[in-house]
Amino acid sequence: MTSPTLRNLPRVASKNRHWLGLGSLLLGLFCWWLAARVSGLPAFILPSPSDVWTRFIKALLDGSLFVHTGVTLLEILLGLGTGVFLATVLGYLVAKSRALERALSPYLVASQAVPLVAIAPLLVIWFGPGMFSKMLICALIVFFPVLVNTVVGVRAVPPALHDLMRSLRASRREILIKLEVPAALPVFLGGLRIGATLSVIGAVVGELVGADSGLGFLINVGRGQYDTALVFVAVFTLIALALMLYGFVILLEKKFLNWQER
Amino acid sequence: MTVSKFPILTVQDLSVVFPDNNGGLNALDDVSFEVCPQEFICFLGPSGSGKTTLLRILAGLLRPTEGQVHFVRSQQPKIGMVFQQSNLMPWRTVMDNIKLPLELEGMGESKARVRAQEMIELVGLQGFEDNWPRDLSGGMAQRVALARALIHDPDLLLLDEPFGSLDAITRERMWTELSRIWQARQPVTDGPGKTVIMVTHSINESLFLADRVLVLTQRPGRVKLDLKVDLPRPRKEDIRYTPHFGKLARKLREAIE
Repeated sequence: MTSPTLRNLPRVASKNRHWLGLGSLLLGLFCWWLAARVSGLPAFILPSPSDVWTRFIKALLDGSLFVHTGVTLLEILLGLGTGVFLATVLGYLVAKSRALERALSPYLVASQAVPLVAIAPLLVIWFGPGMFSKMLICALIVFFPVLVNTVVGVRAVPPALHDLMRSLRASRREILIKLEVPAALPVFLGGLRIGATLSVIGAVVGELVGADSGLGFLINVGRGQYDTALVFVAVFTLIALALMLYGFVILLEKKFLNWQER
Repeated sequence: MTVSKFPILTVQDLSVVFPDNNGGLNALDDVSFEVCPQEFICFLGPSGSGKTTLLRILAGLLRPTEGQVHFVRSQQPKIGMVFQQSNLMPWRTVMDNIKLPLELEGMGESKARVRAQEMIELVGLQGFEDNWPRDLSGGMAQRVALARALIHDPDLLLLDEPFGSLDAITRERMWTELSRIWQARQPVTDGPGKTVIMVTHSINESLFLADRVLVLTQRPGRVKLDLKVDLPRPRKEDIRYTPHFGKLARKLREAIE
């Protein structure tokens, strides 16, 4: 029998890939350490990994990292939730009505043509430096990819399955729940994956423009005080947040799209 | 099979015109026929004869431009439909696909599962209950589609070239399967039985399965011949080599051309 050995092949390969990821991470860390060491740059320009680690522990212990991460995370979750909700509802309606699509498309395209970073200051002026303006920026940046994917997903529902449901006298609600939602889910989750990572950017952009708390605020503080290690700490925390959100969407995909081929 | 003389379905002067740029496309023209309970009738015709359009009207998916469809038993008959492609929901297992019509009727989960299990056994798919449609061959997927079309005891079973996408060997096997399943689902006493309307472009398929074959002409579709198939049931695959089968096939062939 040759099949057992053949079956082992992919498993070995995936194990190797795990090591590759960890290896490249360690190599990157080493290069950073080496660069900080060899270049002789002062710590306020390029802090070494150990400086950043020390700063991280300090920010952790005095509670500031916790508070600012909490603020940013809350902004992200509120913005992401609002953006995804509105985009899904509107996306469904647009998918169902060509007239609505015609009426809205100029606005939708225009909203994409204007870089959000450029109007973020406006939003902060109008809605203040508090949480609401960040939530709004976050929701706006998430809105478009989720909307587009919802439209594409709902439009891609096979017409033959609509025929099937109608021949079984399914109600509008049954068609929505038993056909359109599950059929559109793969494409929708693809949009959510993009939206989730963008939402982090949205919150930080808002905070950089004007805020009194959050990780973006922490970056501004670190820059102002030449506490570059703190900037690094904030950036890495943001990366961790983005990875966490991304991982959560992947988890949703694993749970709900188990019927798809890998 | 005893076929009741009173029609369950009457179709009168059916015409369908699809609007287009030059005056509309005439898909069906003045089609009239009657179907009796438990009858298996087949519409035979080349592509473009409006076969699928006719089925869509009977399924309530399309309104005719003119004419009437009248069901004796109720205004809205229960429909079971099998399409050219199996048309399964890829996110549902075999079991869940088959019990969809019962879910839509609001039947309880455990009762629906028992009924679905019966259907799975009837179409010979034991052991595949929890498989995804992606794991099924074309023939197996079409069996699932057939089980799904029959599970809620429809008044009318509509088959739209259900074996057209299968290879020749599987297709002929499915003919025998279909007539076995159709007969297994007939009530013992004279009650509401399974009335089947099938469209196909295969002469052999129509003669093997049907009690009556109606030949439709090329666009616009008109009923050109209404042929009673008096071949004995159950029909075995070698019935195709009998002289009577050959005679009927020739009549159909001549009507098509």
